[in-house]
Amino acid sequence: MDLFFNLAINGLATGMLIFLLASGLTLIFGLMDVLNFAHGGLFAWGAFSGVWVYDLTGSFTIGVLGAIVTGLLLGVLTEWLIIKPVYGNHVQQILITLGFMLVLSEMLKVVFGPNPIAAEPPAGLEGSFQLGDVILIKYRLFIILIGALVYAITFFILKKTRVGLIVRAGVMDKEMVQSLGINIRFVFMLVFMAGSALAALGGILLAPYSGVIYAEMGMEFAILAFIVVVIGGMGSFTGSLFAAILVGLAQAFMAYYVPSLSLAVNMLLMAAVLIFRPQGLFSLKGGA
Amino acid sequence: MMTTLLKLEGIETYIDQFHILHDVGFEVPKGEVTVLLGRNGAGKTTTLRTIMGLNPATQGSVTFNGKDITKLPPYKVAKEGIGYVPEDQGIFGDLTVGENMRVAMQKEDDSTHERMEWVLNLFPDLKTFWNKPGGQLSGGQKQMLAIARAYMNESELLLIDEPSKGLAPIVVEKVMESIQEMKEKTTIVLVEQNFLMASRIGDRFYILDDGQTVHQGQMNELEKDESLKKKYLGIA
Ligand SMILES: Nc1ncnc2c1ncn2[C@@H]1O[C@H](COP(=O)(O)OP(=O)(O)OP(=O)(O)O)[C@@H](O)[C@H]1O
Ligand SMILES: [Mg+2]
Repeated sequence: MDLFFNLAINGLATGMLIFLLASGLTLIFGLMDVLNFAHGGLFAWGAFSGVWVYDLTGSFTIGVLGAIVTGLLLGVLTEWLIIKPVYGNHVQQILITLGFMLVLSEMLKVVFGPNPIAAEPPAGLEGSFQLGDVILIKYRLFIILIGALVYAITFFILKKTRVGLIVRAGVMDKEMVQSLGINIRFVFMLVFMAGSALAALGGILLAPYSGVIYAEMGMEFAILAFIVVVIGGMGSFTGSLFAAILVGLAQAFMAYYVPSLSLAVNMLLMAAVLIFRPQGLFSLKGGA
Repeated sequence: MMTTLLKLEGIETYIDQFHILHDVGFEVPKGEVTVLLGRNGAGKTTTLRTIMGLNPATQGSVTFNGKDITKLPPYKVAKEGIGYVPEDQGIFGDLTVGENMRVAMQKEDDSTHERMEWVLNLFPDLKTFWNKPGGQLSGGQKQMLAIARAYMNESELLLIDEPSKGLAPIVVEKVMESIQEMKEKTTIVLVEQNFLMASRIGDRFYILDDGQTVHQGQMNELEKDESLKKKYLGIA
């Protein structure tokens, strides 16, 4: 029983980290049809800049804020310099964002050095709770909590604010939104910035969880995030949460029981979705 | 005295490499219903999209209220006071009727509320189904929602693309009656294949053929002109 709980918590925590990456990705795609392969780079930059601030100040909270600010700044720059010139052209988007991903990755090594960097949970989040014979690692619960919080806040914004209304409408029909007097490019820039900040938040949260950060981690998580976006339905925010948890759990349980399949299982999940429900589990496109 | 609200002159529009509009020009007098007629593929939808800035013109000019709006992006065209009801209605399927309306509301002042009240009186169905997803409305209700929504956008001019398309005759009748009432409030450019309906509510017509305006006149003149109807509209 304790094993089951541990694997489940592990999977949930991983799922939440993937969700932080995938939720931005899915809205960026849904709203403007932009395939952003540089998203993982923002995740890695969030981790490195956050850990750097964390080490410098000794405060994990300030480290997290540092990561978020990095995400916002890099987000604005990416949207402006990299994405804007290639609206409407998927091939160019893939090429330029993949290229930019590599640049972001290499720049990390230039700025922070080529070696992996260690990170530990802050004092208050170290250790674990004991519930009967189940051991709950505090930091993992913390990640799950933050993920749930981000979901709740974003859900509220999407459902209850005017910006959220415009984003939901824009995912369905962006031409119509513009024809009703709304500058969707501006709204998209906001979404891109928010998505980048969430990716960076995911990066800094991952650091103490995995204990070590390295430049390539962005790419690894970005691949998982893309799988999640496909499974959840491109443009579906809630879909990205469920798919991320699904992928996180599948990964955790497979890694324990059938380690040789732990990477393949996500690809298989995605392939199954593409075959049986190609619009994704929670598709928003195409009406009701 | 007649004032011109919208004027197109020498419009040429490309979609990708295709030259779709060759020479489109017409004037829309304030307070009237101007009907665009023409066969399938004549360029009626493209003309409306060019006015909205969705397929901007490469040559010629679009003037609205005396202002050159040829090069404005769609959201600025809409803000100038032009409401668009596209051929496919453009309803946000997962949003409720109320949310569909709210997307178009830039402000929440008294005049917006007056508009809302008036338009919901005209289309009581929208009030009934206020919390229902737009995607679940009937074809006629979707059309009404699209028209009401375009009107909420502070519009002085409505561009309505084939509102009768795919609707049962009795529903067409209802939609046309409401467009007739909209006429009290706004100027209208109507694309309509249903000649009977067009002639009932239209004041003036323009015929498009192969991306060109080839004829114009008063609607009641066209009703008598059998040869013109036959040549461009395929009506015997
Ligand atoms: N996206 C596009 N790419 C290429 N050609 C297009 C595109 N959209 C429209 N066209 C062409 O432009 C011409 C005019 O089309 P448009 O939709 O404006 O005609 P229409 O008068 O509205 O026709 P209908 O009565 O069928 O709605 C047609 O020949 C059409 O094939
Ligand atoms: Mg058309």
